[in-house]
Amino acid sequence: MSQKISKPVTDEESRPFWEGLNNKELLIQQCGSCGENIFYPRSICPYCFSEEIQWRKVTGNGKIYSYTVVHQAFGPYKEEVPFVVGIVELDEGVRMMTRIIGDREQIEVDKEVTVLFEQIDDDFTLPYFQLV
Amino acid sequence: MKSDRTAAIVGVAESDLGKTPNKNVLQLQAQAAKVALADAGLTKDDVDALFTAGNWAWAPSLMLAEYLGIDTKYTDSTNIGGSSFEAHVGHAVAGIEAGLFEVALITYGSTNRTNPMNSTFRAPLTAQYELPYGLPTPVGAYALAATRHMHQYGTTSEQLAEVSVATRKWASMNEKAYKREPIEISDVLHSRYIAEPLHLLDCCLVTDGGGAVIVASKEVVARTKKRPVWILGHGEANSHNTIVNMPDLTVTSARESGQRAFEMAGVSRTEIDVAEIYDSFTITVLLTLESLGFCEPGEGGAFVSGQRTAPSGDFPMNTNGGGLSYGHPGMYGIFLLIEAVRQLRDECEARQVDNAEIALVHGTGGVLSSTSTVILGRD
Repeated sequence: MSQKISKPVTDEESRPFWEGLNNKELLIQQCGSCGENIFYPRSICPYCFSEEIQWRKVTGNGKIYSYTVVHQAFGPYKEEVPFVVGIVELDEGVRMMTRIIGDREQIEVDKEVTVLFEQIDDDFTLPYFQLV
Repeated sequence: MKSDRTAAIVGVAESDLGKTPNKNVLQLQAQAAKVALADAGLTKDDVDALFTAGNWAWAPSLMLAEYLGIDTKYTDSTNIGGSSFEAHVGHAVAGIEAGLFEVALITYGSTNRTNPMNSTFRAPLTAQYELPYGLPTPVGAYALAATRHMHQYGTTSEQLAEVSVATRKWASMNEKAYKREPIEISDVLHSRYIAEPLHLLDCCLVTDGGGAVIVASKEVVARTKKRPVWILGHGEANSHNTIVNMPDLTVTSARESGQRAFEMAGVSRTEIDVAEIYDSFTITVLLTLESLGFCEPGEGGAFVSGQRTAPSGDFPMNTNGGGLSYGHPGMYGIFLLIEAVRQLRDECEARQVDNAEIALVHGTGGVLSSTSTVILGRD
């Protein structure tokens, strides 16, 4: 990748998520009041407005909610086309955007996937997903 | 029809369109504003409210008001992407009904084709959980919706292509349209992929252009030049910011904004004579037709098949040639309003829809994020 992906702005809200990935752990949040799982990280529950937010480690298993094969991309991604970006729904019910790795012919909506930790930089890891 | 008819659109205009290398966004808006005011038979001194949306300035309504020399009692630069201008119409009606002002000028201008803002790859706040994966925005997000719709309902690329082909037929009848040469379904299917399943010809153009719309109270309408186009109903809604957070990739907030607009107008879907539906991408149209209730969920593909939305089809849609063929300077919504008004004023010549009395205008902004629906009618 000739041009670097700029890193996330790590702050108090997002740090546990990004640090978890560096430790090969996928962390999401759960509301201690209503029990809903939450992604992306927040300091207030978007379901009940409670601030009792807890972090939990998850297995990273889920299924493909949707995907696209990108043929025209910009900036640092221009050289990588074609690549697959998808939305994965984790078993816990939350959805995340991700890259889906593997044989393009095998990638389909609703297929099962599991997380893999893609190290982009010394201190920057992204959760990608691959077919189970 | 139960609308009170408290406000009408009394003037519309585009600026130069397509490629405008010698004009900046202020010039384009000034050009459109001047022609729209002349269209209404009003002057800039009649304008007491200004609405604009864009990413070209900090506080764009301040810069534009100063540039145009307009003193305003009221400004609103609500920016919810391409649907901003339909929202501005709704906000203008509310302001007029509240007695806050009499004449609102709504403008947009963009040099997306010749002088786009430099793309940045910063990933602040909630965008940091999406941007690193390289999904091109907005096309990639719409592609995700299309994949899901195809999976869930069996929608085909041919059905999506029907929208592009029909829209191009309308464009061929509009000398202002950027792309006018006829295309067939096979041309769409054989155009290169941008983000599967969307091909190049499933995607809107990238052009320069500006537009202006004048909304006036019924008291002012009495002294305007052309027949008024009444704002019968309006509604707005939004469901998410980033595409991952869209509750259902196949259902847009048009379900809510459309319902509100129809209820306020007191008209039924079968009474709509002409529809101007934001066509950033072919899938946008299918999702919108379903969410607005013109057909059932999943039936959008069948609904547009057989060139039903083309000239002489029984559902005239995007009659100026749409974002797919007429032009798309980034936030397209104002052009939907301009075309609907012209249709209701019987000014569209070759592409005129016979006896167009009621029009539906529907804007979509962001990545299927925001919607605003306006229903317009003539006397």
